[in-house]
Amino acid sequence: MSNNKSTKNAKATAEPQKSRRDFIVVASYAMGAVGAGAFAWPLIDQMNPAADTLALASIEVDVSKIAEGQSITLKWRGKPVFIRHRTAAEIAEAEKVISADLRDPEEDTARVQKPEYLVVLGVCTHLGCVPLGQKVGEVRGEYDGWFCPCHGSHYDSSGRIRKGPAPTNLEVPPYSFLSDAVIRIG
Amino acid sequence: MSEKQFSNPVVRWIDHRLPIFTFLNHEAHEYPTPKNLNYFWNFGSLAGIALVVMIITGIALSMSYTAHVDYAFESVERIMRDVNHGWLLRYIHMNGASFFFIVVFIHIFRGLYYGSYKAPRELLWILGVVILLLMMATAFMGYVLPWGQMSFWGATVITNLFSAIPGVGEAIVSWLWGGFSVDNPTLNRFFSLHFLLPFVIVGVVVLHLVALHRFGSNNPLGIDTKGPQDTLPFHPYYTIKDFFGLSVFLTFFAAAVFFFPNFMGHPDNYIPANALQTPAHIVPEWYFLPFYAILRAVPDKLGGVLAMFGAIAVLFVLPWLDRSPVRSGRFRPVFKIFFWLLLADCVLLGYIGAKPAEGVYVLIGRLATVWYFVHFLVILPILSVVETPRPLPQSISKPIFSGSGGMAGAAAAPKEKV
Repeated sequence: MSNNKSTKNAKATAEPQKSRRDFIVVASYAMGAVGAGAFAWPLIDQMNPAADTLALASIEVDVSKIAEGQSITLKWRGKPVFIRHRTAAEIAEAEKVISADLRDPEEDTARVQKPEYLVVLGVCTHLGCVPLGQKVGEVRGEYDGWFCPCHGSHYDSSGRIRKGPAPTNLEVPPYSFLSDAVIRIG
Repeated sequence: MSEKQFSNPVVRWIDHRLPIFTFLNHEAHEYPTPKNLNYFWNFGSLAGIALVVMIITGIALSMSYTAHVDYAFESVERIMRDVNHGWLLRYIHMNGASFFFIVVFIHIFRGLYYGSYKAPRELLWILGVVILLLMMATAFMGYVLPWGQMSFWGATVITNLFSAIPGVGEAIVSWLWGGFSVDNPTLNRFFSLHFLLPFVIVGVVVLHLVALHRFGSNNPLGIDTKGPQDTLPFHPYYTIKDFFGLSVFLTFFAAAVFFFPNFMGHPDNYIPANALQTPAHIVPEWYFLPFYAILRAVPDKLGGVLAMFGAIAVLFVLPWLDRSPVRSGRFRPVFKIFFWLLLADCVLLGYIGAKPAEGVYVLIGRLATVWYFVHFLVILPILSVVETPRPLPQSISKPIFSGSGGMAGAAAAPKEKV
C-alpha cells in the first residue's frame, strides 16, 4: 500500500475501520433475516384458528325456552356449557352458603348475572369429565348441583366444588345478556 | 493439502464425531467449480429451492386439506378464504409447481446444449430424468386433489391410458382406481402418494448431487478443468451468484403469485368435479402439453401411450445416441442448429397440446412428433460421426490468458499463486 492512496485508506491502515463492504454485508444479513421472518410467519400463523373457527367462538342462546328447574347443555368452542334455570329453592340454597368455608371461595352472586340463570362450563375441574346432573333422573350429588362420576366430585347449585378431588368451581364462561331472553356466550 | 481446522471448539467437538462441518466445507465452500459458468448454471440450485418451497407449503396445506370427494373442493376453498394466509400458501404451491417445471426445463435444455449428459456424467443425467418422471407423477396427482372438473377428467383420461396395455390393461386400471372409475379411493391414494413422492425426489436429488460432485460441473466450453487456474471456490463466488439468480427468480415468482395467480391454470378447475359432465376441452397443465400432443399424435391408443413414454425414454439413452467427443454446442455448429430446431419443436408441441385434436393441428402435431424422435434417434447419431467441430480451446483459462500474456481485467483467482 503506497502513500499515494486516499486519506481514507491511510486511515484504514492506521486503525481497523468499518468499510463499505462491512455495511453491505451487515445490511444483507439483516434483510435476509427480515425476509426469512416474512416467509416463516405465514407458515406459522396458518396453524392459528381460521376465520370460520373464530366465527364459532361466540354463540347466542334463547334462554326463555328453559323451564324453571330445567337445564340445557350446549356446545361452545368444542366444550359443553350447562345453563340451568334455577328454582327459588336452589337460588336460596346457593346464596346461604358461607363462601369462606368453600375450597374455592366464591359468592353465588359473583357467579351469576341474573340469579335464575346459572351458566357454567360442563367440564369437571379435576381431570375434565362431563359431570352428571343435567338430565332428569341423573344423579346430582349431595349438594343438589352436579356429580362427576369419574372421581366423585360434588358441585352445588351454584356449580361450586363441595366434596371430592376437584380443586376449583365449575368455570363461568364470559357471557352477556343481549336481551331478557337471549345471552351470548363468548 | 492440509485439512481446515475450525477455530470454534464446539464445532471441532462435533466435527470430530460427525464430520458434517468438514463435509460442508469440502462440498459447498472450497469445492472447485469451473470459473466460466454462465447463468444457465443457476437453474439447478433454483430447482432445489423450488422443491423445498413446494414441500414446505405442501405440508402447511395438508394441515387444512381433506382428501374426500365430498369435502376436498370445499376444503381448498376454506384454505383460500378462512385459513390465515391460506390463499398465499395455496397460490405459492400452485404457481410453484409451474415455476419448478420452468426451471427444470431450462436446466434440461442447458444439459442438452452443453453436452452435460456425456461421459463421465451419464448417470448424473439419467438420475435427472428420473427426477423429471417423479416430478411429473407428483404434479399429476397433486392436480387431482382440489377435485375440480379438470382434476377429475384429467385423472380419468390419463388413468384410462393404461387400459391400452394388452391383456392386463383393464385390471391395471381398476387397480389404479380402486373401483370402477376415478372416485374416493382414487383421491385418497393420490393424496398419500402425492405426499410421499416429493421425499423420494429429495432422495434422488441427493444421488444427483453426489454424482455431480464426483466429476464436478460441466462448463460452457465443455472441456475439463485442468487445475486450480480453471476453478473458483464455490463459496463465495457461486453462492452469491446463486443468491442473485434466486432473487431474480423470486421476483418473477412473486409477480405471478401476487398479480397473475391463475394465469397458468384452467378456469374449469374452479368448477367442482362432476362425473356426469365432461368439460368441452380437457387440457392438462401447460408442462404436460408437449407430451399430451405426442400422445394424441398417434392414431392408435397403445401407440400413443408408447410414443408418450418413448419421448422420455429417449432422454434416458441420450448419452449413447449422441457419441460426439465434443461436449459443448458452442463448438458444434451443425448440432447448434438442430438444438434450436428441437427447442422450437418442443414449444410447437406444447402449443398443439392445448389445441383440440382437429383440422390442421393434427397434421402439425404429427410432424412435430416425428421430428422430435428424428432429432434424437437419427440426427444426433449421424452428427456424432459426420460433424466437423470447431477447434476446442486448450483450456478454460487459456482464452483469457493467451495472446497479451499477463492477466486481463479482474481475472482474480485466489489460488493463482499455486
